Amino acid sequence: MIEAAALTKDYGDKRAVDDLSLTVRPGIVTGFLGPNGSGKSTTMRLILGLDAPTAGNVTVNGKHYRDHAAPLHEVGALLEARSLHGGRSAYDHLLALAQTHGIGRSRVDELIDLVGLREVARKRAGKFSLGMGQRLGIASALLGDPSTVMLDEPVNGLDPEGIHWMRNLLKGLAAEGRTVFVSSHLMSEMALTADHLIVIGRGRKIADMTTDEFVSQASGNVVRVRTPQAAELEAQLAGPDVTVKPLERELLEVRGLTARQVGELAAAKQIVLHELTPQQASLEEAFMTLTRDDVEFKAAEPEEAVV
Amino acid sequence: MSGYAGVGTIPRLAHTGRVTQARVALSEWTKLRSLRSTRWSLFAAVLLTIGFPVLFAFVTSSHWGSMSPSERADRHPLDIALAGVNVSQLAVAVLGVLVITGEYSTGMIRASFSAVPKRLPVLWAKTLVFAAVTLVLMVPSVLAAFYASQAILSRHHILQTSMSHPGVARSVVGGAVYVVLVGVFALGLGAIVRNTAGGIATFAGIFFVIPPLMNVLPASWNTAISKYLPSEAARQLFSLTHDSSSLSPLWGGLLFAAYCAVVIALAAVLLLRRDT
Repeated sequence: MIEAAALTKDYGDKRAVDDLSLTVRPGIVTGFLGPNGSGKSTTMRLILGLDAPTAGNVTVNGKHYRDHAAPLHEVGALLEARSLHGGRSAYDHLLALAQTHGIGRSRVDELIDLVGLREVARKRAGKFSLGMGQRLGIASALLGDPSTVMLDEPVNGLDPEGIHWMRNLLKGLAAEGRTVFVSSHLMSEMALTADHLIVIGRGRKIADMTTDEFVSQASGNVVRVRTPQAAELEAQLAGPDVTVKPLERELLEVRGLTARQVGELAAAKQIVLHELTPQQASLEEAFMTLTRDDVEFKAAEPEEAVV
Repeated sequence: MSGYAGVGTIPRLAHTGRVTQARVALSEWTKLRSLRSTRWSLFAAVLLTIGFPVLFAFVTSSHWGSMSPSERADRHPLDIALAGVNVSQLAVAVLGVLVITGEYSTGMIRASFSAVPKRLPVLWAKTLVFAAVTLVLMVPSVLAAFYASQAILSRHHILQTSMSHPGVARSVVGGAVYVVLVGVFALGLGAIVRNTAGGIATFAGIFFVIPPLMNVLPASWNTAISKYLPSEAARQLFSLTHDSSSLSPLWGGLLFAAYCAVVIALAAVLLLRRDT
């Protein structure tokens, strides 16, 4: 369980996280979505106490992360930025982390096997591919058998087999009753794993709802209409908030009106309809619709200040 | 690369201990011993500490016959025995800086502070483990340097001294303590600067640039100030002769230990206050 209240973080005069309040619950996978530079990584660093908030408060299982006696048992985190010394072997890296909590070598071996790094465990981690580094990061995150698992862009650099494994891992962790908090800038990836979504843009919360709600709310009114009188219907539908796009000779895509409105209007004007279908926008479209302003703003701005 | 384990087999951990200072120290020992830079730096420090005295003992022995009496009078057995200390301090200081800045440059610091979010135990453990390891290596090294150089000189029956002579044992062991404290001082600077190049440059500035600059000052100022500089105070630990322009070995050593304490304390304050 992660609870943030009015969390704000400034780096110089750039506000990375802006009055962000959120609750991440156990037993489900919560997706943390936002364009690059929207404050996801910063929020995760604030949760771990790596950075101190400018204002606001964040707790894990009711306490500040730093006040837990066995922090790795509370939160296992994979951060987006590399968090290991490339000169050290995977085994020694995990061992050094394990030893801070009195966790034994057998646990280190167990996790190396879990993420499939057995053959390279004694090699310097600096030589690892992105995917292997990512798996080592997962092993570090799970080392302390944490009640909350927090992963920043975990599928980055994974091969298809690894991505599939990651999805199942996340669902499995949630099914065990753990709190699973996963960030991504890829909506489609989240659609397959997350039960709940928190969307941020420019450090502010844009949406906080179940994945299903998110799709239906953000998709807007898009209706496909098939009619032999396409030109006639197009003229009738025209209005300030309505856009009509011909897809084929007799097929129109109408934005800004419901199927019901289109149907009633066609009946009133005695236009024949062969098809009238409400369209569900893809998650990717829904996400882009929601965050469009933030992305546009972002393009004119310098990169996120990362410390 | 193959073989992810099947999911549903995420093993539970029977028992998770709490973070303790002793556990963090063990973790820091693992970190220290598992890096090549540590092994090379410490190997270099040991080699230089013993190698230079051996080399100088040979050179002095072979040239003794051609040296003038005044030149002979200038030679002191301890200068030869501790000739390596001035060089090995560099290797140890660089390692001291790297012990902490290596974590910042690689991002390891995020993993370290995620495991130990109270942070200070990491700094204490690093300092303690690093000091213990260098002490354990440097004491035998200076003893080996002393006995080896004496053995070479004794074949020519020149420049003989012994551990029982006043100040000799203190100087020899003081040489080892000097290197250890220099390493701790450098580690503290590294923790403050958080950057390898910056840490080494700061150390070099304090130890090698500021002292000669003192010569620009009026002589009376120079003598009044110079002996309190970190490098000058620390040197008293292994220099055999002391006069009014220098502190005693005890006070010099204590003053430099105080400098180390101040640097580490400043590092601790900054460690708690700064973002990672």
